[in-house]
Amino acid sequence: MSDLSKYKIKQLSIFSENKPGRLAAVSKAFMEEKVNILAFSIAEGAGYGVIRVVVDKPEKGLETLQQAGFMVRFTDVMAVEMQDRPGGLYELTKMLSEAGVNVEYAYGYRNKPCAVLIIRVEDVDQGIEKVLAHGAKLLDSDHFQLDSCNK
Amino acid sequence: MVFIVGARSKKHYMLHAIIPHSAARNFPLLTVAGLLAVWNPKVEFMPQQELDELQLKLLKTMVYRLYNFSSFYKERMNAANVTPDDIHTLADVTKLPFMTKKDLREYYPDRLFTVPRREIVRYHASSGTTGKPTIVAYTRSDIEMWSESLARALSSIGLGPDDVVQVANTYGLFTGGLGFHYAAEKIGAAVVPASTGNTERQIQMIQDLGVTAMAATPSYMMYLGEVAEKMGVSIKDTTLKYGLLGAEPWSDKMRDRIQEWLGVTGINCFGASELAGPLWSECDHQCGIHIWRDICLLEIIDPETGEQVGPGERGEMVLTMLQKEAFPIVRYRMGDITTMETEKCACGRTHPRISRITGRVDDMLIIRGINVFPSQVEYCLHTNPEVGNEFQILVDRKGYMDEMMVKVELKPEAFTDNILELNALRERISSRLKSSLNVGAKVELVAPGTLPRFEGKAKRVVDRREI
Repeated sequence: MSDLSKYKIKQLSIFSENKPGRLAAVSKAFMEEKVNILAFSIAEGAGYGVIRVVVDKPEKGLETLQQAGFMVRFTDVMAVEMQDRPGGLYELTKMLSEAGVNVEYAYGYRNKPCAVLIIRVEDVDQGIEKVLAHGAKLLDSDHFQLDSCNK
Repeated sequence: MVFIVGARSKKHYMLHAIIPHSAARNFPLLTVAGLLAVWNPKVEFMPQQELDELQLKLLKTMVYRLYNFSSFYKERMNAANVTPDDIHTLADVTKLPFMTKKDLREYYPDRLFTVPRREIVRYHASSGTTGKPTIVAYTRSDIEMWSESLARALSSIGLGPDDVVQVANTYGLFTGGLGFHYAAEKIGAAVVPASTGNTERQIQMIQDLGVTAMAATPSYMMYLGEVAEKMGVSIKDTTLKYGLLGAEPWSDKMRDRIQEWLGVTGINCFGASELAGPLWSECDHQCGIHIWRDICLLEIIDPETGEQVGPGERGEMVLTMLQKEAFPIVRYRMGDITTMETEKCACGRTHPRISRITGRVDDMLIIRGINVFPSQVEYCLHTNPEVGNEFQILVDRKGYMDEMMVKVELKPEAFTDNILELNALRERISSRLKSSLNVGAKVELVAPGTLPRFEGKAKRVVDRREI
């Protein structure tokens, strides 16, 4: 299992009230501490939202936001590569369905030459095992440590 | 401790033996100036001096009964160094100690009742200041006194057997529904027990049954007018002529609007479940709420000093219910701010009148007719480990209806990335609030440390209503 744990990506989940300026405050804090955002999504609750980000330096990102007064925590997700062409997402989701993986939420980003889908499942260890068994390519957490612009 | 008195011994002090109700008569006969029927002319037009004598007699009897048959009142009076022998004049009422909502809470549920259980014929409940409600019990003659009081009120605006009264107050533990129901039946009117909700059907009933008066909260009356307009119905063109309005603060401005827009005379009504329920209203002159002196001894005090203030002076209302059997109320501090007018009313009635309630001495809120104390909200929030102790209550009026929102701080350990879980938590808190407050409240989760902190007395309520 320790072998697979490298595929667990530490996503930052940030609680945010629905009011102007919260998003700016998050991104400003990252900018000041030179934390680079690789993937990003916002989930709408009722009167609040949860901002989800994958960054290059998760520990630093967490500390930065905590110091800025945000309620923030790590959530383990996995990052699955897909082909950056029509049909890429279909192939991936078909595989997930065959693997019996139920997605809680997902969001994608483009990471040349491939595209990446960040996926949250209920049991991430089991999810990683299942998708690997179905031949998916998972990005490991080291991948995100590098600043993608400098690659 | 035993607060219950023996059934037989008490009979000698049953108060209805002193003051005759008009229950035996079917319908009132006396007509003033050929216009309005008067329910109980003997009492309602009784000269001041006779009223003084009657009230003193009732007060003495009540004090005697409580002192001798209730250990609670006996202890209270002993502590205040007063016995029944000290009550010689009406002014001596000030020798009696005050009662507050806190007493009602401490002696929950029934330890202030002064009759054996078998004499109780009804219970109602009102919201308490914390988790527990206040239970109110009634003997048969308490119910009789209650409907007698309101029957006089309804007659004083001209309602009678020719009327159809739709009661759009909640029926149930809340006293608003059954209170108007009994009084309207008593004066011979036909009652439509519509209760709350289903506004379109309420409007249908008004049209189909020729409803002439409606008991409701003033904000519901306005809402009903709006729904009627959407249905293409003009309330002005219906038979509805009177709104028996109360249970929440409202203004002359709102009354003008109801009268002009809906063609409905807005009658200000007053009562409280601790006292029995809705008990009093204005007469058709609309110049203050008549408080019947044989039913209630009214005082207005300076809330700081506890001293009585004069007629026309603003202060806190203190009420002593002179005829209650099951659940006596003596010098009960209502918390409502008003003034008293003692001059005879233009209608000829000799009883004192109170003006519109202009505020509260405490932080009680009235949301859609339901009393809400911030302490209740606090108490309820404490049962949810996921949220902190700080909270804020925001009250708005959307259209004509009150909306309450409670902001709470989510604890960091309860924060989850799962939106569904957070929404479920919010719903759970909201439904807990609703079941303990009896009124719906939206809940908003906020980040820890974002609500205002207070060094002194916390100001947790932001009331943005314009009434």
